[in-house]
Amino acid sequence: MSKLKFAMYWAASCGGCEISLLNIGEDILAVDAAFDIVFWPCAADFKYKDVQGYPDGYIDLCLFNGAIRNSENEEMAHLLRRKSKTLVAFGSCAYEGCIPGLSNLTTKAATLRAAYSDSYSGDESRTVLPQPVTQVPEGELHIPLFYETVRALDQVVPVDYIMPGCPPESHQIAAVVKAIISGAELPKPGGTVIGAGQVAVCEECPLAKNVKQITRFYRPYELVPEPGLCLLEQGLLCMGPATRSGCGALCPRVNMRCEGCYGPLDGQDQGARILSAVASVVNVGKAGEGEAEMEAAIEAAMETLADPAGTFYRFSMAHSLLQRTRF
Amino acid sequence: MDEPFQPVIVGFLCNWCSYRAADLAGTARIHYAPTMRPIRVMCTARIEPEFVLKALREGADGVMIAGCHPGECHYVEGNIKALRRFKLLKLLLRQLGVEDERVQLVWAAASEGKQLAEAVDRMTEQIRPLGPLRWKQTVLAAAEVGG
Repeated sequence: MSKLKFAMYWAASCGGCEISLLNIGEDILAVDAAFDIVFWPCAADFKYKDVQGYPDGYIDLCLFNGAIRNSENEEMAHLLRRKSKTLVAFGSCAYEGCIPGLSNLTTKAATLRAAYSDSYSGDESRTVLPQPVTQVPEGELHIPLFYETVRALDQVVPVDYIMPGCPPESHQIAAVVKAIISGAELPKPGGTVIGAGQVAVCEECPLAKNVKQITRFYRPYELVPEPGLCLLEQGLLCMGPATRSGCGALCPRVNMRCEGCYGPLDGQDQGARILSAVASVVNVGKAGEGEAEMEAAIEAAMETLADPAGTFYRFSMAHSLLQRTRF
Repeated sequence: MDEPFQPVIVGFLCNWCSYRAADLAGTARIHYAPTMRPIRVMCTARIEPEFVLKALREGADGVMIAGCHPGECHYVEGNIKALRRFKLLKLLLRQLGVEDERVQLVWAAASEGKQLAEAVDRMTEQIRPLGPLRWKQTVLAAAEVGG
């Protein structure tokens, strides 16, 4: 029997997903034994035109990581969808926008300005912004068009499965890959989340949870948390209550707040859910105090929260209910 | 002359105070702007931030949350829980470019039909100059075509 065909592609991403796949240890040998790599820019030398030459549905398994940030990303999403039997939105960027998706909180112009003009390492007098078309003596040069809005993969093409995580945990990847190789039946496709849990991170977190009443929030550098005690209770904005499990609560275990990289639970908006959880821990002052005092106490606590949108939607902005800021 | 812009305001009214206030406004035949679409919830604490975001996404120009005065909640402090969420939601919405006037929290007791009607009138007038929100047709549609 011929081997299964495997592809992996990166769109707007950092490359961490590739690392996490290679990080599955000796199981990578099983991947090599079961699959022929037919496209994987990070690891093998195939060109776009190779993929274009494949018959439709030629690729058995395509792991697509990265968000859709520019026209090249979008073109590759359509191409790989056509050429793949099973397309997986692999990692937080492809699933929900992740860090690139945070630029949905601002505009394209502001993003380009920050990258090419306002950065400390740049020489402002020589600012050149990327131009989609440039005239040179030899003719016209084209580069991909940078979009105003970052989108998740499933907002551009239908995906079969979603593997959340920034990056997906290697043991989860290994389990999924082994299941595919063994021919085990996967859940019904259609944007189904695989390789993750069905409960919140808090369920996997061993820290002690008590009644929470806080008067202010701390950024991670402002506080050395007390070991063994729920971080949200201590005023660190832990995303655990609104985040899907699957990682084993790695961050809270080492006293680092959960940043929310596994995204929301089924049918939820991660930012809205953590907003509820965070609001519920805020102290409203002593019982019997007036409405004005109560409001002041709430506002004072909320003011210590730097950048609510960027914190609550750190990974899921592009896939959230409102998707981006108005512009 | 063109009709003035009539905003669509989704109103989440608590069963014990504000929904009754709206009922009273009706039976007392108080005239007020026909802009608010009331949805009855048992308590303002039932209103998840997702409800508000979804209303804005799906076409509302504004959202009114109305409940019992602090200290008068049927469930003791449900409205205080709503207040905490509301304060934080406002910070979030500001970052997403939604004007403060579009999402408001109002206290209206069961006897305050007039106050509720006035709040709807006031909110309507505040949203009118801001124009329609049309989140799907503008913000999301632009994202869809790769804009």
